[in-house]
Amino acid sequence: MLRKTGIPTSDDLQSVTPDKERLLEGPVAIIECFNEIPCDPCFYSCPFKAIKKFSDINDKPELDYSKCTGCGNCIASCPGLAIFVVDYTKNRLSLPYEFLPLPSVGDKVWGLNRAGKSICQVEVIKVRDPDKNDKTAVISIKLPKKYLMEVRHIKVGDPNE
Amino acid sequence: MRINKHPILDFNRGKKITFQYKGQEIKAYQGETIAAALYAAGIKVLKKSNKYQRPRGLFCAIGNCASCYMAVNGIPHVKTCITKVKQDMVVEEETGKGDIID
Amino acid sequence: MILLINTDLLVIGGGPAGMTAALKAAKKGAEVIIVERYHELGGQLIKQTHRFFGSKNEQAGTRGIDIAQGLTKEIQNMSVIKVLTEATAQGYYEDKIVTVSYQNKFRKIRAKRIIIATGASEKMMLFLNNDLPGVYGAGAIQTLMNLYGILPGKKVIMVGSGNIGLIVSYQLLQAGVEVKAVIEADSEIGGYLVHASKIRRIGVPIYTGYSVKSAIGKSSVKGAEIIKLDRNWQMIAGTERFIKADTICLAVGLRPLVSLLIQADCAMAYVPELGGDVPIRDENLKTTNDQIFVAGDAAGIEEATAAMLEGEIAGLKAASEIGYLSKDVITESRRLKKELRKLRNGPISRNIRKGLSKVRGDDNVKKNRYSHLR
Repeated sequence: MLRKTGIPTSDDLQSVTPDKERLLEGPVAIIECFNEIPCDPCFYSCPFKAIKKFSDINDKPELDYSKCTGCGNCIASCPGLAIFVVDYTKNRLSLPYEFLPLPSVGDKVWGLNRAGKSICQVEVIKVRDPDKNDKTAVISIKLPKKYLMEVRHIKVGDPNE
Repeated sequence: MRINKHPILDFNRGKKITFQYKGQEIKAYQGETIAAALYAAGIKVLKKSNKYQRPRGLFCAIGNCASCYMAVNGIPHVKTCITKVKQDMVVEEETGKGDIID
Repeated sequence: MILLINTDLLVIGGGPAGMTAALKAAKKGAEVIIVERYHELGGQLIKQTHRFFGSKNEQAGTRGIDIAQGLTKEIQNMSVIKVLTEATAQGYYEDKIVTVSYQNKFRKIRAKRIIIATGASEKMMLFLNNDLPGVYGAGAIQTLMNLYGILPGKKVIMVGSGNIGLIVSYQLLQAGVEVKAVIEADSEIGGYLVHASKIRRIGVPIYTGYSVKSAIGKSSVKGAEIIKLDRNWQMIAGTERFIKADTICLAVGLRPLVSLLIQADCAMAYVPELGGDVPIRDENLKTTNDQIFVAGDAAGIEEATAAMLEGEIAGLKAASEIGYLSKDVITESRRLKKELRKLRNGPISRNIRKGLSKVRGDDNVKKNRYSHLR
């Protein structure tokens, strides 16, 4: 299905989501990478070496959830923009964002799911300066807990307006 | 239409210049190609095909396809997609197969 | 101005493969000339705003535009590399001279070794009214958008869901352009799934099993008629749909630019997995013409990291053949080839490996040139 639609199924997602216990402990990275492609920048980005070293550069990344602190360093490093950090203790999600206009802290914007459908309003909590990450902003939003594994993009406004 | 703000790129455009096309003065920036400047001015049709007079414009924009030929300062068959604009250049739509000049 | 130039290494094409080849050879002491027909070095990298995949050792995670800038700066700092831009290689002659048109003059270059890194050109697609203004190759869209900061249109239909189609769709969205749909003839998405997911979560639909039947418009594109395909790639009558758009972007594949290689009498083979006609080559990227190497997309359509590694392998071998020997040549060459093999080891490179198995020339091939394949 993923190969036809570009949208990971719940089975796909289960393979990259830690168990409930870990999710309730604090922020953790979810690496939504399902292809074996030659790529390794995420390994180098983790200050805690939570992403395992690649024995073969084509392997899918493997995250040691016990080492992951949810710091989000990996979010901007992924060329596929496929890494997100979810925090079930604070109902927060951090995602990569490379569009204009950038939202401001406090803005209420639409949260989009993996099919691009607006599913809930979210509040922008933090906007990490894109210039600090080679033009990739990392945006943290507060949203209803039930959508933490659903929202993967935000809709801010028409940049040409 | 030119892009003003871009999330990744900064467009450091050169000096503002103008050139001539069909009696119009077209605004451009130094560093742009003729085809790009015409495109920004909304001019997409650059010539007509020989036999059926079908409108033609850019296709590859890199000098491979010959879809963008125009006469520039009297010189025929100039690849406008890889030729930079110069102040007061005269760009004309060619008719037929172009003319060899002396 | 002397019209015949002698040099150690001539590199034709200043994209990623050509640049790394020139740098590698120059670092070993060779005098290098790069002939590039565009006004700046970098090839297709200069339009790539996205972060590259591959190995961090070969610049993965860095944006293509920055990779190009970095390599260009390195080249500018090496006085043994002479760069001729807006210079077009015209032909390769029996006396091993390469002719170049540069600054309105016709020049001749005699080099001890030549690396042809001329890249690729975009394939065209057959459908009614495909010559309408508003139908562009993906590269053209990137040129307008990323080089000149000009909006290619307001509503785009992207044809092709390989990496280029998916990446350029994303770049269009970043420029504020609406991508109405990505149309893919195959039953599955062709490119990396992360690229597809990126545009799906922004709301861009991907239609697999569809093709373009016709562009609609009189003097420019007003939309496209798309149509469903059956399992045999045939159009299914009655399934036509109209999508309103002012731009149709074709990202339907690349073909290696190999005319100089053919002219130089290199043995060629038609290999669909590599994009078309490509030269037979050995493990050092040398063709069946003892003077000529090939690297990058001209050797087979792949991507930038492979192009850069091939450039380094060819540059290293060319320099040592010219006489710039150094102790570490063999270990260095082995390391580069190992990296290239590792890169191509995964399931995604299956087709590339298949294609490459058809073009590796050993001594037998060098003796019996496959002229019937040309």
